[in-house]
Amino acid sequence: MKLQLTETAHRLIQEHATEIYPDECCGFLYGNETDVRLVQEAVPVTNSKDGDKRRRFEISPVDYMRAEKYALENNTNLLGVYHSHPDHPARPSEHDLNQAVPYFSYIIVSVRQGQVADLTSWQLNEAGQFEQESILQNENHIQNT
Amino acid sequence: MAKIIIPTPLRKFTGNQATIETNGSNVLESLQSLAETHPEIKKHIFDDAGQVRKFVRLYLGDEDIKALQNEQTAVQDNSVISIIPAIAGGIN
Repeated sequence: MKLQLTETAHRLIQEHATEIYPDECCGFLYGNETDVRLVQEAVPVTNSKDGDKRRRFEISPVDYMRAEKYALENNTNLLGVYHSHPDHPARPSEHDLNQAVPYFSYIIVSVRQGQVADLTSWQLNEAGQFEQESILQNENHIQNT
Repeated sequence: MAKIIIPTPLRKFTGNQATIETNGSNVLESLQSLAETHPEIKKHIFDDAGQVRKFVRLYLGDEDIKALQNEQTAVQDNSVISIIPAIAGGIN
């Protein structure tokens, strides 16, 4: 499983994560898939979780329906979601796994003290466990820090 | 007979079809109809007890079926049911 982010999408995720810190940010990933899953666009969405947004995120069903509609109308594919882990590693938690769905890429951004520290991507395998996706560097050498 | 909108993550179980026409007079029967024609999707919608899974939300048009008659909500020929996976998570 390989994933590539356009520089614009990568930058947007990082900026969103630091802007929302210390809360968790979230958003949708759109793009195309051939041998490599190419994320061409990242779109922020409201973290609708009631309660502690520093530890949890949730995307409302209405926002989800809008995302599917957006993909259809713009002839693109909904490839997954991104969210941040404030002051925690960019690795999926038990909560992330419990609610994960097949096919989607789950990009996780670790933000430490307001700065992006790491960015990883994960996808469920056939056994229902997360496997890390390789993030290909683009020509401009994506910086993770 | 309602149309069900399949979310992107589950389309690999419907031969990549985004919408499926189903039979049934209510939401539950429509979902069961979908599971009969596309068996691989069943475990992603129903749990082992045959109940709709906890992390699956269902909308009829723009309304959450929880605000209607839940899975017993009646459907018409032009009804559109959306299957919506819960998108949530966070740190431990």
